[in-house]
Amino acid sequence: MAATFAEKLLAGAAGVAGASAGEIVDAYPDLIMSHAASWRCIRMLERLGTDRLFDPDRIAMVMDHNSPAYTAKTAGDQKLCREFAAAHGIAKFYDVDAGIAHVVLTEAGHVRPGMLLIGTDSHSTIYGALGAAGTGVGFSEVAATWVTGYLWMRVPESVKVDIDGPLAPGVFAKDVMLALIGDLTADGATYCSVEFGGSYAEGLSVSERMTLCNLAMELGAKFAYVPPDEVTRAYLEARGVPRDSYTELFPDPGAAYQREVAIDGPSLSPQISCPHTVDNVRPVEDVAGTRVDQVFIGSCANAKYEDLAEAASILRGRHVASGVRLIVTPASKNVLQRAVADGILSVLLEAGALVTNPGCGACAGDGGVMADGEVTLSTANRNFRGRMGSYQAEIYLGSPAVAAATAVRGAIADPRELAAGPGLAVTR
Amino acid sequence: MIGGKCVKFGDSVNTDLIMPGRYLVSIDPAELAEHVFEPLGPEVAGRVRASQVIVAGRNFGCGSAREQAASGLVGAGITAVIAASFARTFFRNAINTGLLAITQPEAAEAAQDGAEVLVDLTAATVKTGGQDFSFPPYPESLLRILDAGGLIPYVAQQISAAGAR
Repeated sequence: MAATFAEKLLAGAAGVAGASAGEIVDAYPDLIMSHAASWRCIRMLERLGTDRLFDPDRIAMVMDHNSPAYTAKTAGDQKLCREFAAAHGIAKFYDVDAGIAHVVLTEAGHVRPGMLLIGTDSHSTIYGALGAAGTGVGFSEVAATWVTGYLWMRVPESVKVDIDGPLAPGVFAKDVMLALIGDLTADGATYCSVEFGGSYAEGLSVSERMTLCNLAMELGAKFAYVPPDEVTRAYLEARGVPRDSYTELFPDPGAAYQREVAIDGPSLSPQISCPHTVDNVRPVEDVAGTRVDQVFIGSCANAKYEDLAEAASILRGRHVASGVRLIVTPASKNVLQRAVADGILSVLLEAGALVTNPGCGACAGDGGVMADGEVTLSTANRNFRGRMGSYQAEIYLGSPAVAAATAVRGAIADPRELAAGPGLAVTR
Repeated sequence: MIGGKCVKFGDSVNTDLIMPGRYLVSIDPAELAEHVFEPLGPEVAGRVRASQVIVAGRNFGCGSAREQAASGLVGAGITAVIAASFARTFFRNAINTGLLAITQPEAAEAAQDGAEVLVDLTAATVKTGGQDFSFPPYPESLLRILDAGGLIPYVAQQISAAGAR
């Protein structure tokens, strides 16, 4: 029978001949990621009465939220993780300097096509950018899986999303996803595996594929997936991942989809997600002029190198509007290093940005939060009430280009109205 | 029978409303219980803490994978959530923390705010306002986790049983 990506992948992870949507299988993840929640996993492990791990090589820990520690409690939690990783031979331990787990693990070559990954973070769907299946779970589940090696998983139905390209200048993967989330709503793909395709997805950069798959979570998705291709292989090769170390998985022709959605990419304009739900989406034209107090360029959705470069292409030779704070939190140390090396960081600083250490930053409420009545335009993936400080503050979401234009104008702005400065526009 | 007095919400109640990120530094259900639904103000939060059941519309628990959204409700004395639908991360976290999460749109619609809502897990029915609403029984594997009071006690039992063999 023709199988979807998710059906093939979970059959493989469960060691069974075949698995169909709706079945429950015991699946063995190839990688178990825990971020700031790692200490909670360790505390749960203590309650299990064992510390015999199924396979330390399948465990990755990244100290991305609340980093560096700003309370003694958090410092203690991170110390616990550091010591646990050393004592248990967890080689994939990334400390407070590394950045956001999803981006760090992808850049390090730990994410490969055909893998099953679970993580203590809902945006683990991002791993689909490299043809893997990633999904978020709680800390108890991670602790249990450290020991048993497996967890129950319901084989999801699949949704096919075909995106026609090319996009208009000034329009990006973020805009595609916000438009899709606005159309399908926040539960439009609950428990489903979202498979991306179409001429836009073909040949798309890994960075933009990460944005697609990251935001699929905001449709309620269990997995997201972009079929691996030459772009994927080149990305992995550049990170020292041998071609024979992974198996690419593709859906069969004629596989069953619960729903098929077509997006007319060329007709899209920049999109804005308005307070306080991600599916409250409007084209930028409808909300342009809304005054902001702060702009945040950060998060696993949009603080990769290409995102910073895009923002810099608009900010070059310009300055952040008076009274507006522009906070840039690079997704990883690697992103920061590249931005330093090619001058992007200087452009951002000269434009008036505050550049913080890599990590989750203000998206996790870690710094750069808002007072009552303030408004932020953010490149993150959530705008829920209270997520960035005051419960009486508002968060709008948009692309890095929208963020840069908004910072310059001091109000939500259409990036197409600000021509890019010379020499920094990036190929996506 | 599990349940009691209910408090009713609409669609898309997200995990940042149930348990703001700033409190994830704790994993103690009693401590977390003090902050459930804090963004919606003390009146709503107080009503949740005085109830045993949450009734909600579509996509309850959407957003973050934070387990404390479920364990905080357990700490606040909530024993069951009846919703038209759940976000998958919340559903898993609920089972894993011993909190009943039941998808029953008609019961969620029929239940009156403040009314008694009871769940009969054996008969797989939700009872409220004199009506019975059946739901598809949980798979055996999930019932075992719920019976043990959550995933950690369940796996601890398994490990201890394996050790005794």
